[in-house]
Amino acid sequence: MLLHVKHLKKSYSGAEGSVPVLRGIDMEVAAGETLALTGESGSGKSTLLHLIGGLDTADSGLIELDGQDITAMDDTQRAAVRRTRIGIIFQQFNLIPSLDIAANIAFQARLAGTYDVGSTDDLAKALGLATHLRKYPEQLSGGQQQRVAIARALAARPQLILADEPTGNLDESTAADVMSQMLALVAQTGAALIMVTHSPRLAGQMGRHLHLRQGLLA
Amino acid sequence: MTATGLSALWSHWRRNPLQLFTLVAGLALATALWSGVQAVNAEARASYDAAAATLGEGQYDQLLPAVGSDIAQETFIALRRAGWLVGPVVEGQIGPAGTQVRLVGIDPLTAPGGLGPVGGGSMDLPQFLSEQPVFANAATAAKLEGLIDAPLVIEPTIAPDTAITDIFVAQRLLGAQGRLNRLILAPEQPVGRPALENIAPDLTRRAAQGGSDVGRLTDSFHLNLTAFGLLSFAVGIFIVHGAIGLAFEQRRAMVRTLRALGMPLRRLIVLMASELLVLALIGGVLGVSLGYIVAATLLPDVAATLKGLYGAQVSGALQLRPAWWLSGLAISVLGTAIAATGALISVARMPLLASAQPRAWATYRARVRQIQMAVSVALLATALILVLVGEGLVMGFGLLACLLIGAALALPLVLDGMLWLASVRARSVVAQWFWADTRQQLPGLSLALMALLLAMAANVGVSTMVSSFRLTFTGFLDQRLASEIYVSAQSVQQARALEAFAAPLTSEVLPLLSVEATLAGLPAELYGARIGATYRDNWGLLAAAPNVWDSVAAGDALLVNEQLARRAGLWVGDDLRIGPQTVLPIAGVFGDYGNPIGQAIVSEPLFSTLHPQVTALRFGLRTDDAEALRNALTDDFGLPAGNITDQAQIKAFSLAVFERTFTVTAALNVLTLSVAGFAIFMSLLTLAGMRLPQLAPAWALGMTRRRLGQLELMRAVVLAVLTTACALPLGLALAWVLLAVVNVEAFGWRLPMYVFPRDYAVLGLFALAAALLAAAWPARRLARTPPADLLKVFANER
Repeated sequence: MLLHVKHLKKSYSGAEGSVPVLRGIDMEVAAGETLALTGESGSGKSTLLHLIGGLDTADSGLIELDGQDITAMDDTQRAAVRRTRIGIIFQQFNLIPSLDIAANIAFQARLAGTYDVGSTDDLAKALGLATHLRKYPEQLSGGQQQRVAIARALAARPQLILADEPTGNLDESTAADVMSQMLALVAQTGAALIMVTHSPRLAGQMGRHLHLRQGLLA
Repeated sequence: MTATGLSALWSHWRRNPLQLFTLVAGLALATALWSGVQAVNAEARASYDAAAATLGEGQYDQLLPAVGSDIAQETFIALRRAGWLVGPVVEGQIGPAGTQVRLVGIDPLTAPGGLGPVGGGSMDLPQFLSEQPVFANAATAAKLEGLIDAPLVIEPTIAPDTAITDIFVAQRLLGAQGRLNRLILAPEQPVGRPALENIAPDLTRRAAQGGSDVGRLTDSFHLNLTAFGLLSFAVGIFIVHGAIGLAFEQRRAMVRTLRALGMPLRRLIVLMASELLVLALIGGVLGVSLGYIVAATLLPDVAATLKGLYGAQVSGALQLRPAWWLSGLAISVLGTAIAATGALISVARMPLLASAQPRAWATYRARVRQIQMAVSVALLATALILVLVGEGLVMGFGLLACLLIGAALALPLVLDGMLWLASVRARSVVAQWFWADTRQQLPGLSLALMALLLAMAANVGVSTMVSSFRLTFTGFLDQRLASEIYVSAQSVQQARALEAFAAPLTSEVLPLLSVEATLAGLPAELYGARIGATYRDNWGLLAAAPNVWDSVAAGDALLVNEQLARRAGLWVGDDLRIGPQTVLPIAGVFGDYGNPIGQAIVSEPLFSTLHPQVTALRFGLRTDDAEALRNALTDDFGLPAGNITDQAQIKAFSLAVFERTFTVTAALNVLTLSVAGFAIFMSLLTLAGMRLPQLAPAWALGMTRRRLGQLELMRAVVLAVLTTACALPLGLALAWVLLAVVNVEAFGWRLPMYVFPRDYAVLGLFALAAALLAAAWPARRLARTPPADLLKVFANER
């Protein structure tokens, strides 16, 4: 099993004291599997994604990625896991505005030391970005920017891809195109994919579907 | 990973060259002003040290005449025979006025080791004795060329405008045969030698000092320059802080992305710090180069000032000293560290997921604002405490620092309050939007406005000080230079004849009698004055007892200058010893601006009783017809024209010396204000690029781009006016501290403070013009923003 999550809990302190967001999550994801996480706003799906990605720390519980406990790692070790084994696709794209598209796609792979110019070019071609490589993010449309973010995540050849509402900022037609391209490429790499989405239609395209309600898996 | 991270960080500067330019230019300007001043100081200090090394000043104990300036050669011989290891020195000026050289004669056989260029220097003793050369640096040697008959030898280590030679050569060239000025004591003296009082009772021993006298005397001047350098540096650092803050703000999203993609926080911080280090070094190198130009421009004026004020010889040429340029680079790095520490800490402390969220930064900013307020109040309270209980020059500068930094930190909060008041009183919707939008702009502009506040306050403070000084000094010259004609005789006989000749032609003849003395344990001068109408009518006193002139004229009391009074802790009514048996009460204290040492005045008869050997060779003559008197003196008495000086000439010379004193501070003032203007310009230009999201809605709702541009211009003017309004009281407070605290601690006299509303109005107009100029380009750019760019703000897919 690639990912193993056990009794995961997380709460945030608010004006009215501690607010539990995740109240004991147990889940598993196999290598190459695609999983949709759905739920209403505030149900904890993005928090779960952030904990799995090592972007945030849990109050209690266990997250094992390929046998390694992420919750027991310090900041530097979690950064190393993100760099080499996880690819993250954000709703807001989060490209580096001062780097051109080619540099943005290659960025994480270069951080991880797995940069391969051939596979990066292939990704750019597959996502229709080959003619935009010398442009900067601000010169691209939203759909194109999200394709760059997908290419960046895949270029590092991670074991697990985490996508937080990757098509939330796109129109329906563009969203469908981006989604199909992403799924095809993820399938080619053999990575597992966990995607947070509000859309039942997109969730339906994934191999498995989990629904979160008030911090628990329904 | 390091290279990839660095390339991402550097790509920000590549895409934002204006920001990079602001940062590097701010650093370069800050470093330039600081290192320029330091270069001037280093050069001056090197000159003092050269003088000290050349003449042995400060290194050895010395024997000096208790009264007058001469020691008989027989006294030296008597001391040597009694076993005292002393070396004689004679010195005097040689050459025409304006290019005079200080000629020093030493005896290499008896001078303590290491004194002068003989032996350890460029020539051995037998050669020196046989050739009897005069040593001087190249510039001084050029002045002496053709003036003396002794061979000239170039010795670069000799102080400027100073020449060294054998004592007999010096005595011959100076016309001082048989006379000496001081005796230098070897550090090791034979045990059992007779006491000094038994052999030479007229000599006093002065202990060796850590530094040279000149260095000590001019310390205050250099401290003032250093304070200005620091102030200019602070203004520059505000620019740097602004540029770094903006860059970090704009890179928040990038920081989050880098961390999310696996860049460890520690590595990221190290990379950002390294990046800033490189920029600091680039800015530092540019700044040191600019500083060299600033120093080379200022140095001749500084040299003239030091010579005019203290008689200190400073080379007018600049050398590249490693300590100076290294300190320039260090201050650049230090300034960057100060400016960037807050930004780096905030990046390090922000949670990964919160670092790009505006709300988190807003909370953080609110906390910073609270801290800023607390620090400001604490600094201003410290300044108040220092005013009430502090003492010493360092306290004076500490007070200045607390006052200026405290006020600068308070500025954004004060401006915010003012803008809030304006917004609640606004009636029209555009006015309401304008004030609210201006308040929103305040954080982005506050650093530039703080820089403007400091620069303007410095300008108001220093111009008030200089103008107050000028006004007081002019009055002082009228008081002290009351005589229409000053004459000098060449001999005692001629002086007596001259006095007799002038008496019937003048309303008063005022002899100028003085001796060097130690009063209240301090080096001072004792003057004998012929108390008459001139003193009674012209001399204003800072403090006086009743019937002051009558008691001084009767020999029952004396006057002291402010320097002596303050340094010795004396005032009217206190007693002062002026001779072994003579103690008199102080009847008055007079202002004596520009004089570094203490002074006391007694009546002429009392002076003659105390120092019968001193005869006046110079006189001030009072007359209604200066031209007729001058003609009578030259035609009928036969006094050479060169021995007659009229009052106007002396006043003009004194004023010229004074004006040069402040040339340097005036230049620094202009430079500091220019740096502040640059800060505003760069801030507005940078902010203009980030203004679209705020301005686009106003444009969409019906305001034209032209109108928006006009409002941008007006905003700059409003902020400049408000900052000027804050700078004026701060500048006046600064002037008060300089005049009433720093000046007293540094020079020993207090100046009355005058205000000059017209000057402040002109300065305010300059500030407005600078703000308008700085805002013009960004406003024009805004007015010409293509509608497509404004529309992008509303587009979901950008």
